[in-house]
Amino acid sequence: MVENRPLLSILAHIVLLLGVAIVALPVWITFVGASHEAERMLQTPIPMLPGDQFFVNLRQTLWGSGLEGTNTAPVWMMLMNSMVMALMIAIGKIAISLLSAFAIVYFKFPFRMGFFWMIFITLMLPVEVRILPTFEVIADLGMLNSYWGLTVPLIASATATFMFRQVFLTIPDEMLESARIDGAGPMRFFWDIVIPLSRTNIAALFVILFIYGWNQYLWPLLITTDTDMMTIVVSIKQMLEAAEQSPQWNIIMMTALLAMIPPIFVVIAMQKLFVQGLTETDK
Amino acid sequence: MAGITLDSLTKSYGPTEVLHHIGADIEDGEFVVIVGPSGCGKSTLLRMIAGLESITSGEVFIGDKMVNGLEPADRDIAMVFQNYALYPHMTVRQNMAYGLKIRKMPKAEIDRRVQEAAEILEIAQYLDRKPRQLSGGQRQRVAMGRAIVRDPQVFLFDEPLSNLDAKLRVQMRLEIRKLQKRLGVTSIFVTHDQVEAMTLGDRLMVLNGGYVEQFGTPIELYERPASVFVAGFIGSPAMNFFRATADGLSVTLPNGAVVPTAQSARGGVICGLRPEHLVRDPSGPIEMEVELLEHLGGVTLLHGPLQGTDQQMVISLEGISEVQIGDRLRFSLPPELVHLFDAQTDRRIG
Amino acid sequence: MLKRVHFPASLLPYLLVAPQVIITLIFFIWPASQAVYQSFLIEDAFGFSTEFVWFENFEYLLQDDHYRDSFGRTIFFSAAVAFLSMSFALILAGFADRVIRGSTTYRTLLIWPYAVAPVLAGALFLFMFNPTIGIFPYLLEMVGYDWNHYLNGSQAMFLVIIAAAWKQVAYNFLFYLAAMQSIPRSIIEAAAIDGAGPIRRFATIIFPLISPTTFFLLVINAVYAFFETFGIIHAVTQGGPANSTTTLVYKVYNDGFIGLDLGGSAAQSVILMFLVIVMTVIQFRFIEKRVQY
Repeated sequence: MVENRPLLSILAHIVLLLGVAIVALPVWITFVGASHEAERMLQTPIPMLPGDQFFVNLRQTLWGSGLEGTNTAPVWMMLMNSMVMALMIAIGKIAISLLSAFAIVYFKFPFRMGFFWMIFITLMLPVEVRILPTFEVIADLGMLNSYWGLTVPLIASATATFMFRQVFLTIPDEMLESARIDGAGPMRFFWDIVIPLSRTNIAALFVILFIYGWNQYLWPLLITTDTDMMTIVVSIKQMLEAAEQSPQWNIIMMTALLAMIPPIFVVIAMQKLFVQGLTETDK
Repeated sequence: MAGITLDSLTKSYGPTEVLHHIGADIEDGEFVVIVGPSGCGKSTLLRMIAGLESITSGEVFIGDKMVNGLEPADRDIAMVFQNYALYPHMTVRQNMAYGLKIRKMPKAEIDRRVQEAAEILEIAQYLDRKPRQLSGGQRQRVAMGRAIVRDPQVFLFDEPLSNLDAKLRVQMRLEIRKLQKRLGVTSIFVTHDQVEAMTLGDRLMVLNGGYVEQFGTPIELYERPASVFVAGFIGSPAMNFFRATADGLSVTLPNGAVVPTAQSARGGVICGLRPEHLVRDPSGPIEMEVELLEHLGGVTLLHGPLQGTDQQMVISLEGISEVQIGDRLRFSLPPELVHLFDAQTDRRIG
Repeated sequence: MLKRVHFPASLLPYLLVAPQVIITLIFFIWPASQAVYQSFLIEDAFGFSTEFVWFENFEYLLQDDHYRDSFGRTIFFSAAVAFLSMSFALILAGFADRVIRGSTTYRTLLIWPYAVAPVLAGALFLFMFNPTIGIFPYLLEMVGYDWNHYLNGSQAMFLVIIAAAWKQVAYNFLFYLAAMQSIPRSIIEAAAIDGAGPIRRFATIIFPLISPTTFFLLVINAVYAFFETFGIIHAVTQGGPANSTTTLVYKVYNDGFIGLDLGGSAAQSVILMFLVIVMTVIQFRFIEKRVQY
């Protein structure tokens, strides 16, 4: 920094560490809660240091019958549902956005701008504002309680299309000309040149969309009534309701922890891509 | 191998015509340079030949095949782009092989051709690198290599040297020239640099405002420029022009000086004098007061007004001249080196 | 918009846009137009008859105290979430920008809450503030304050605000830090040579220079608080007690799925669509500014 004031630097570190502590506190308490016996969680004050039941709780949560008094699916199954949903949403969004951005940038065809605006409009229609009619469409199509119903309505994406359009526009025209002289047709050009040149953008977007997909709540809440199809994020709410009758906070907190870990892992492991994805999609 | 024929090629963007009835016959194995200022349409013309730009009217023949309707890939051409257009995610080898792979050439043949081209261009040791690991000159060679491996009927160059520094540009210019002679492939090279054009081309097509000003050998262009534009564009420093009145075999300059000519004309003309053709002559008709000197070593450039006018002119004297600023000097030149152009049409007289 | 050169037109581009366009038509345009259509209808409680009533649903909504309250509540909630998470993030980013080594480490330690689903954030805070076993009610009781957000509306509102703000700190921090780090060092150094101390520099140089980011984040946080906090509210308070945490989105859900008031829910959806359009337009106008900046 500009001036050499050691005290100021120490203060900066203190403030930042305090900030980290405040931000981390809820997750610490969750972790602590997940590492004690159920009975310990009923005595105030609840412990602030981890207990020794973490792996017992983990095993019981993952493979046990879940929470007493609820009819939720086993947690490993819900984790799998969440994983399938997150992957389908992320991959689906990326695939259809790549294709439509490619068509819009590299072809000139009637109604091109019409399609562009139609895609743009989806930006203005988040699922929250069209809950009921969209639910009716899914019900009419018989897509309730299916992976398709869970994901397909969410994979139209204006942001991803825009981002890819932006990326494609930065690919020099000479790439296309050169490829045309080399004899590459449109799809060959798409696979051999466009996709490899957009690799990091695709990866960055994947990180963001995986998190987006994993954390979906309202939509799966409506679409899945079948316990076999329930995602882990949705199950938390059911467990909280059940907790009012038979409080097993250790299991609930363990489930919450398991629901958080995959997306948090993705963010931390792919931090650079995550930051890139976040800043690019919001342009 | 094949020649190229352009028959009355025209290009319009909406109502604006940017190329007007371009016609040319390019011989098999010839190196033609299209030269002109930026915006003259030279790149557009090249891209029409390549098939990257649609043709409004007229026809392009490669060999004796009309190629108007053919995709670029089917025209049997190769192109070197200004920014090289190397595929950044592929190695040099993959870049060079890509077009052959699409044509489903056997792998052994691809390898053989890539190896051969790499050796010709001395880039064999870089074959497994990515373009970003190469210097500008090396990328330029890869771009050339990508063209060579195709063994096309025609090479098209779109200002390929303009991204290189001056020294490398001169070196690559010579190498392109040598390579083209060795391979004997018909080539069209676009540039805005007249020195590049003069040194490279068997023939030059000077393009201005979408019209062909002149199409001829470098010597023809220098000795008998067809228009004021060509005369001013070719040669460095540029030709001096004066409005003058012609009377048979002489012209009268604005200051009254009478200069004998070989071309016969009458009335208002434009008189062009090359700086390097004027020689010191105490009894010469052209007088100039030296205002500025540029010592370039091999030559000395004298800047100043034609005596009695405020019209600036340049004279180039060989060697290191002892001339001083403020000197008043007289010059003359042989009549056959005076160029006369029609004052209305700017075209050469006679 | 388009390349100088492009592939010749054919059937192909239509096939390429088809998946996106078909999904958009079926799951976006059609339901949205249904919402608009239904907002003009009143259906009786048994679904036997529907009546076309023009703007009656909207008129009813605008006169409905519950709706007007929830409108005001949503705005208060959004403003509180934005202010809380942005100011916390701004302070942390300001200090992180100061530390020479370790700013990326702090970034790693601060951005992960972005990945936590809103409903999980709600669950975490619910656990910490559970009136019988939560750690905070326990501490508050020691100083004589009685916490029960199941009964006290203000406490419930406070709880959903801090849960929502907690999750959003990561995002705001990331953008603030990036904005600060993109300010040329020479400007900061020039200010230091002019005699401005760290606090003064922050107030007079850094903060004004990152104002485009502040504006951008305001819009993003408003959108977040309006539309993406459903999970938090659903988990923590279910809109209660006595509707004290019912936001607009929660009310659409509640009236539509629980109350089965189709026309009213649809009319609320239409109003929300209008709000999203306004926010999107603001957001896009901002982009033009940011390009110049």
